[in-house]
Amino acid sequence: MQNIRNFSIIAHIDHGKSTLADRLIQATGLVEERDFRDQILDTMDIERERGITIKSQAITLPYVNRKGQSFELNLIDTPGHVDFSYEVSRALASCEGVLLLVDAAQGVEAQTMANLYAAMEHDLEIIPVINKIDLPSADIDRVKEQVEVDLGLDSDLAILCSAKEGIGIEDVLEAITDQIPPPSAVSEGPLEALIFDAHYDPFRGTIVSCRLFSGSVRSGDIIRLMYNGATYKVEEVGVFRLEREPKNRLSAGEVGYIISGIKTVSNTRIGDTITLDHDPAPAPLPGFKEVKPVVFASVYPVASDDYRSLVDALDKYKLNDAALVFQKDSSAALGLGFRCGFLGLLHLEIVQERLEREFDQSIIMTSPTVQYRFTLTNGEQVTVDNPVYYPDPVTIEQAFEPYIRASILMPERYMGAVMELCLERRGVNSQFNYPTPGRIEIQFDLPLAEVVYDFYDNLKTVTQGYGSFDYDLLDHRESDLVKLDILLNGEKVDALAQIVHREGARPRALQACKRLKEEIPRHLFKIAIQGAIGGTIIARSTITPFRKDVTAKCYGGDITRKRKLLEKQKKGKKRMKMVGSVSIPQSAFVAVLKSDIG
Amino acid sequence: MPKVSPGLYIHVPFCRSKCPYCAFYSIPSPSLIPIWLDGLKKEISLYSGQFDPFDSLYVGGGTPTFLGAGVLADLMKHLFTHFEFAPDTEVTVEANPCDLTDEKTETLRGLGVNRVNVGVQSFDDGVLTFLGRRHSVQDVNGALNRLRRFGFENVGIDLIYGFKKQGLKGWLNTLDSALSFHPEHISCYQLTFEKKTVFRRLRDKGQIEPLIESEEAAYFLTASQHLEINGYIHYEISNFAKDEACRSRHNQKYWRHIPTLGLGPSAHSFYGKKRCWNVRSIKKYHAAVEKGRPPVEGCEDLTEEQLWLETLSLGLRTSAGIDLGIVSRIPQSYAVLSSLQASGLVKVIDGRIIPTREGFLVADQLPVCFFEGV
Repeated sequence: MQNIRNFSIIAHIDHGKSTLADRLIQATGLVEERDFRDQILDTMDIERERGITIKSQAITLPYVNRKGQSFELNLIDTPGHVDFSYEVSRALASCEGVLLLVDAAQGVEAQTMANLYAAMEHDLEIIPVINKIDLPSADIDRVKEQVEVDLGLDSDLAILCSAKEGIGIEDVLEAITDQIPPPSAVSEGPLEALIFDAHYDPFRGTIVSCRLFSGSVRSGDIIRLMYNGATYKVEEVGVFRLEREPKNRLSAGEVGYIISGIKTVSNTRIGDTITLDHDPAPAPLPGFKEVKPVVFASVYPVASDDYRSLVDALDKYKLNDAALVFQKDSSAALGLGFRCGFLGLLHLEIVQERLEREFDQSIIMTSPTVQYRFTLTNGEQVTVDNPVYYPDPVTIEQAFEPYIRASILMPERYMGAVMELCLERRGVNSQFNYPTPGRIEIQFDLPLAEVVYDFYDNLKTVTQGYGSFDYDLLDHRESDLVKLDILLNGEKVDALAQIVHREGARPRALQACKRLKEEIPRHLFKIAIQGAIGGTIIARSTITPFRKDVTAKCYGGDITRKRKLLEKQKKGKKRMKMVGSVSIPQSAFVAVLKSDIG
Repeated sequence: MPKVSPGLYIHVPFCRSKCPYCAFYSIPSPSLIPIWLDGLKKEISLYSGQFDPFDSLYVGGGTPTFLGAGVLADLMKHLFTHFEFAPDTEVTVEANPCDLTDEKTETLRGLGVNRVNVGVQSFDDGVLTFLGRRHSVQDVNGALNRLRRFGFENVGIDLIYGFKKQGLKGWLNTLDSALSFHPEHISCYQLTFEKKTVFRRLRDKGQIEPLIESEEAAYFLTASQHLEINGYIHYEISNFAKDEACRSRHNQKYWRHIPTLGLGPSAHSFYGKKRCWNVRSIKKYHAAVEKGRPPVEGCEDLTEEQLWLETLSLGLRTSAGIDLGIVSRIPQSYAVLSSLQASGLVKVIDGRIIPTREGFLVADQLPVCFFEGV
């Protein structure tokens, strides 16, 4: 156990996290030069393209230090978005130390701070690493001062490196072995293994990634998941190299995987504790929390014939994403589909994109909403996460919407703009902290509904990327809600309805009308777009029809060219939904919520 | 179907000079005429005897009248000896006004040509210069009068419209001038900026300002209304006939999925469910037929879906419209039809969807309405 080091790399976006991980993997000789590709830990296309990490990954690196001692270094790569902050916290809980990466040119940024706090919360050893020292604009002295003053870390210990150029990589590895303590784990006690992620493998079922805090596990053992008491027989344990490498057993302090016939990842819970059935741990490891969806939206196939195929795709998708929940749904405008729950907006976008790309689905996703509660005049309590089921307004006694406690960290100069943004979004109960000079943390109680769509984007805009955002769900609070209907040529389109705060109804309606006017292509007839509450029209816009669109001659018999053009238009239209005689592009259903800044 | 005889098209890829708006295949090289003619004769022999009698022959281009009287005679005689034609065959030749000398007009008449389509384009010398045409209004008047004098009873006039230089008033004047000759047929083509043309380049550089949508509509409506008032039938978006019998029998075949054989470089053929098109270069064309191979560049077998698409789009560009049955398989066709009717774009008459004049204005969008967004 003395030769094990469990660590993670944390950094502001673009400070070079993936590149450093790549270099560490290369330096330890785990991968041949010819097999190497950039962002080696980001296996999904979408991760590589967006440059973000969605799922946690672990990899065990063999390393012999300068003194000749052999080590097993477990690098746990963490997702980098507020939607996945719980996953991040579980990954950090599996480590003893972190590399805090700072860009030598950019210096300390918002996420650097937020990451530092997260690491401090878990009482981890923090090694500051100043990356990109090869850049002409690198200002090492200034960044060292920031490390000292802003982060409160010893800047003499900061390691200088350039992951891109391969400079200082060995120093980083040496620091990991020297400064990060070995895991303090109990080899003799009952098994306590923390699940920090789970992947689905079509041949082996669920592969659980875990960190053992106590005891050991080997194949043949009967394990128990403490959250639901389910038991499974262990088929294989091992560690992650680039591929899985089976071992006889996993012992306290180690990071590895367990395969045990768990069918889908939904049968596991991140943060849950695995123990042995015959010798269980007295209590689960601390920090477990069941992740509940907070954002809801419906998914429909563009062509109604594709419903079966969507069912299959969602079932398969779910195998690898326990956080997604869904149930059957139907809409007058869009037909049969599913109501889905997501961890947040990024999660929603990822699900949408992966369904389209990896599962080849052509889908329409409606605008996201949160879970509202209503007390009816007959005393009944109802929960509504779909505007279609908004209760008859005359029967509503009281309405409630979910609130969050938002915490925003930024350089002081953006305080005015952020305050304005939060107040505009109905923020209350503000509080200010000054964690370090020049930086400020603002806390606000905000309705979740005001945050779900584009709050994070807007925050990035008004703080020029320096604002970081985190939140905890608080409670449901009484609110004055109304249902905003959208009508196209006089017909209500259920899938475009929204539940909104009464004061925000008119701006929202105007915005929806404006967006739809931009999104819906011109037709041969006029399209009237209206926003209404009950029978009252509160906003409208009009799409003017085509006046003239006929050109190309069809003479001399070259019909092929003309038909190819039509085939293209036909294909384009396959991605639209017909509501009455109006064709609505897929994108319009989500775009209605988009505001002007984002 | 009263008539299902196939049509024959001959492409003459020669012009005195290339017009700056034209994207059809043509070259100003008379020296290649012998190779072309030789190739054409060889191509004719490849298809000879394989078709039912044709009842339409259309010699287009390019400029067929650019050919000398001797070449024209050689060509026509060769066609008539190697293919069968129905007794009342419509024989059209496209003509350039300045080519219609007494001699050539008489030659055409003598060769059995019974329909001449004249590339008039405009009755305004300024506009003719802008369009890069080499003829004058005087040439046009002379040519049209000469055709009548030599006994042609079926004369068509091609006109181009829809650009700033012309002006709406000027367009109306050109239409009136055309009407004064009582032509059996008038085609009004909107100026389009096709790829790889001089006009396209000029437009992209901002040197020709295209009309805006409402102006285009005004030019189109002016022609449609004015010619209909004068008794012409607007039977296809660009085509007007003096009476039912004066419609272009040959061109209608393209819109009705009737087989047509196209010979010559870049010509297109349609065999019921298959389309083929010839190579565009005269040299490649000749090399192929020399070896006894059809000079075909590409072919496609049409799927049912593609045939349907063509029926829909071609039909909605004609006054005959389409049979209701063609769209009945579309779940929302009823809703679409109601909107289109309410907007005055189509009428439903005797089980057919007929585009109105306003419908013609947006004829390329009409089929799109019937595509399933589902």
